[in-house]
Amino acid sequence: MRPFIYERAPSRNAAMQAVTAAVDTKASYLAGGTTLLDLMKLDVMRPQHVIDINALERTVHGRIELDRNGLRLGALVRMADAADHPDIQQQYPVIAQSLQLAASQQLRNMASLGGNVLQRTRCTYFRDVSYAACNKRNPGSGCAALDGFNRMHAVLGTSDHCIATYAGDFGHALIALDASIDLVGPDGTRTIPFAELHRLPSDTPDQETTLRPGELIVSFTVPAAPWTRRSLYLKVRDRQSYEFALASAAIALDQQDGTVRDVRIALGGISTVPWRAVEAETVLRGKAIDEDSVAAAADAAFVGAKGHGHNDFKVELGKRTLSRALQQAAALEI
Amino acid sequence: MASAAAPSPKANMGAPAPRYDARLKVTGEARYPADVAVANPAFAVLVTSSIAKGRIERLDLDQARAVPGVLDILTYENTGELKPAKFGQGSSTSIQDLGPDIFQDGQIIAVVLADTFEAATEAAQSVKATYAAQAPSATFGSQGLNSEDAAKVSQQHEHLPEAGDAETAIGGADVTIDGHYGTPTQHHNPIELFATTCEWTADRLTVYEPSQFVYGLRNGVAQRLGIAPEKVRVASHYVGGAFGSKGTMTPRTAMIALAAKRLNRPVKLVATRDQGFTIATYRAETRHHIRLGARRDGKLVGYAHEGWEISSRSDPYVVAGVEDSAQLYAFGAVKTKVNVVHADRNTPGYMRSPPVVPYIFALESAMDEMAEKLGMDPIEFRRVNDTMTSPIENKPYSSRSLMACYDRAAEAFGWKRRNRLPGSMRDGEWLVGYGCATAVYPTHIGPAAARVRLMPNGDVRVQIAAHEIGNGVYTVLGQMAAERLGVGLSSVKVEVGDTRLPPAPVAGGSNTTASSCSAVLKTCDAIRAKLFHASVTANDGPLAGRNVEELTLTDGKVAASDGTGENLADVFKRLGMSTIEEYSEFVPDGLEPDAVADLYAGKLTMTGGPHGKKVMYAMGAELVEVHVHSQTCEIRVPRIVGAFAAGRLMNTRTVHSQYMGGMIWGISSALHEATEIDTRYARYVNDNLADYMVPVNADVKDVQVILVPEVDHDVNPAGVKGLGELANVGTAAAVANAVYHATGKRIHQLPIRIEKLL
Ligand SMILES: Cc1cc2nc3c(=O)[nH]c(=O)nc-3n(C[C@H](O)[C@H](O)[C@H](O)COP(=O)(O)OP(=O)(O)OC[C@H]3O[C@@H](n4cnc5c(N)ncnc54)[C@H](O)[C@@H]3O)c2cc1C
Ligand code: SF4
Repeated sequence: MRPFIYERAPSRNAAMQAVTAAVDTKASYLAGGTTLLDLMKLDVMRPQHVIDINALERTVHGRIELDRNGLRLGALVRMADAADHPDIQQQYPVIAQSLQLAASQQLRNMASLGGNVLQRTRCTYFRDVSYAACNKRNPGSGCAALDGFNRMHAVLGTSDHCIATYAGDFGHALIALDASIDLVGPDGTRTIPFAELHRLPSDTPDQETTLRPGELIVSFTVPAAPWTRRSLYLKVRDRQSYEFALASAAIALDQQDGTVRDVRIALGGISTVPWRAVEAETVLRGKAIDEDSVAAAADAAFVGAKGHGHNDFKVELGKRTLSRALQQAAALEI
Repeated sequence: MASAAAPSPKANMGAPAPRYDARLKVTGEARYPADVAVANPAFAVLVTSSIAKGRIERLDLDQARAVPGVLDILTYENTGELKPAKFGQGSSTSIQDLGPDIFQDGQIIAVVLADTFEAATEAAQSVKATYAAQAPSATFGSQGLNSEDAAKVSQQHEHLPEAGDAETAIGGADVTIDGHYGTPTQHHNPIELFATTCEWTADRLTVYEPSQFVYGLRNGVAQRLGIAPEKVRVASHYVGGAFGSKGTMTPRTAMIALAAKRLNRPVKLVATRDQGFTIATYRAETRHHIRLGARRDGKLVGYAHEGWEISSRSDPYVVAGVEDSAQLYAFGAVKTKVNVVHADRNTPGYMRSPPVVPYIFALESAMDEMAEKLGMDPIEFRRVNDTMTSPIENKPYSSRSLMACYDRAAEAFGWKRRNRLPGSMRDGEWLVGYGCATAVYPTHIGPAAARVRLMPNGDVRVQIAAHEIGNGVYTVLGQMAAERLGVGLSSVKVEVGDTRLPPAPVAGGSNTTASSCSAVLKTCDAIRAKLFHASVTANDGPLAGRNVEELTLTDGKVAASDGTGENLADVFKRLGMSTIEEYSEFVPDGLEPDAVADLYAGKLTMTGGPHGKKVMYAMGAELVEVHVHSQTCEIRVPRIVGAFAAGRLMNTRTVHSQYMGGMIWGISSALHEATEIDTRYARYVNDNLADYMVPVNADVKDVQVILVPEVDHDVNPAGVKGLGELANVGTAAAVANAVYHATGKRIHQLPIRIEKLL
């Protein structure tokens, strides 16, 4: 751990000012700290200026609002509070489940939704600075995972420069439900589709998001839609709790008389960014959920998937996870 | 009151007395070695190598030295005065230098000392090492390994089990099995990190370090520093988990002692979690080739087992579990061989049930395959081959209750419901499988010495340098003294874990209760003898002229069988003493008379298991239900039942806890645990508790422990068999066998992960 300046921002403007003032000195916002502090201790992230934004929890940043138009989640809402919210559980189960199945209760109590979508990859080579080669940590240094131990790594959205998995769960629920994200920055506010927040690694895996310097996530907005009630998050992993996904699926299904009117699908554990499986959705529209249609959807979702050795199984596992999740969603009693 | 955690004692079992240290531990009152406050400590942080083989070309310390608060940095250039300690005689490894030659990933190359932990950490991160790296050999399958016959390089394993002509027997058998098996690297990962605090007072050194063998550590450190062992005290009153990793001296201890000497100030080190993977030991990966031959009726006629074990380049660490597996059934002819395979790795070491965990996984998997090939129920197959005589030299078992364990476990489990056909049982989307395997652990015993003091008011103090590693030794030794001296448990104060006390063996091989209880028992009996003698020889006392044989010591009284008694205080008065203190040394049958003298010098000899006139083993049966998802293949263990017999049980609560924890670890071995190695660099990849998988509560459902009564007068005076390392043996095979039963897929290589079943 390196020395750094710690500052508590009493308001949004103060936070913004602090960051703007410190822009040259590598500033970082601090929410729950469960990503940032870990990576600082590991010497992976080395901000010189840490601006604690937890005081904003009392403002719109910390609120959960639900109405006819949709769901609004403040970026400083704790994972546990959103996961335990009865209305979210009932009307947006995929959101509640993606949070409930993530991390541990202690972490969920600490961790914020804003921090969650910005969590860094769990690639062990990224997290261990004694490995020289990591393009994400050290641009241009290479990628130790390509030919290394890559069982947990991605099979979709990879590049020759980085195959690190986006490890979060909540992000997949958001992208499935067409969420948008409200931002405020030194240059004012803007709203972007959540799908535009994360960047594919391509040849700049160190640039993970489209956030501008000093920009703060205020909230996430999930529009109300006919498919949100019949939704779920299925997470397949090496143990039953407290573990990242080997493969996961976020499903939201609008079906009538056994036919798919519309469906939203996102896949986790297998991709470098929150991953919307649009091709699989197209395959399913207008069809019944049965063994053939889910198999066709699964195949469509994994066209172009590429394993790197230890993670080859994720293609097959991802397909089976998607199939199982679709069947489970179709069978839900709501 | 009886509860699942504190079963009511049956025949030959002691009361489930609550652990003396339980409350202290949950309230934070128990002081682990790193908690011991020393005045004005400096803080040490280690720097470790990022290559596994090669040489340090340059160590750039400028930036590190410039960090405010940095006091000193140890490197290979200023630590030449440390003397080597031999591997196998107290030292965990021969790789003890800070360079410049690098023999393993994560070798300590610098120790940064600073006024604060933060400054030391920052400076350690600023040390820049440049290496001339060579391509290392990582593990099985790598280039450049060299393999040796264990019998040739390890004195301990010169004579591996052999009986009859196994080749001919197997060659001519009706039914044969020929299989290859493998187990992965595992790291102990005790919650308590590897910590050392050293403090000098003039020329005397005190080491606070979690240790499973304080006398071994004392003598090892003295040797490395070139000072007399008497100048060193090691204190380790609580150990926060060890599982073997704290049984031998690791290189860090002498470095911290030297640092404290150079600074003339106490120095405290708490190594990081990932450093724990390389600065201490681990369970090495193994490979096995097993052949079994049987008659059509299920009688085994031959067993051949060849094992391969990874070790470091420099040291022949080897567990050779065939010594135990060869005793397990009436095999007929037996042939065994073990190979040490040297790689560019840190030296492996003891980890809970070192020999039997990998070897019994392989054997018990093969046994299941044989049962299936014979069309027999796997429990019945074991019954047919049960024996009271070891196939090796035909030695008798001192006691053996394996089938009683199977029968009790099978009944509790509902084994009858098992449909023999693989893949035939289902629960909704989940495939259901039942599997079983045998747990076995050799009964070890070593020499020990104890000092016991009795006061007229019934207060007792027991002193013995045994080790509280979570085994309940404070409580169990207290129970033994309370029973022999006729006082309540609360009147007994037990002191352990300190070289100021008489020595006891390493807390390893599950010998602690047997050895230490035997020493305490002997010492208490010396006190009894003194009291009884005083009572019967006094002319004026109520027990004058009685026969010593008919006396007992209960409730603070010397009493005869007819009820006549004399209070302790009166006996003391007659003796003209305010305190009776006895010291005695216990040397088990089969060891040299100077075994305790050796122990004072940090040298330990043990006996038992297959080595005596009778073979001595604790045994058990484990039955497991697994569920495997029919599509996504997650593996769950909703239920496990284990029944165990291990001679006299001192305390049913601590025993229950050992068995339950053992089975949970067994599930972990089966499904979760493995240290992954980047074979290009011979480096550990998942060296943290987020990536090194162990089960969480959600993975452990119904764990049922059954205590099967057993009496064994041959094992040792206390009548106890070591059991701390029993219940994690066999579990992985039971799970693998159940996975086969559920899916029809045999997994020969642990851990069993989703990708192997897809
Ligand atoms: C052991 C472990 C297991 C885990 N398992 C899972 C899991 O199974 N599934 C899962 O999804 N996650 C998992 N996580 C990740 C965890 O959910 C995230 O660490 C957490 O959500 C991050 O939130 P935080 O508030 O603590 O973020 P911080 O650590 O405070 O911040 C993370 C990053 O986001 C930035 N940031 C935070 N808030 C804002 C904001 N409002 N605007 C702009 N920038 C911001 C910070 O500057 C920082 O760079 C696990 C973490 C751990 C340690
Ligand atoms: S996969 Fe990405 S994060 Fe991991 S080592 Fe390669 S570049 Fe770094």
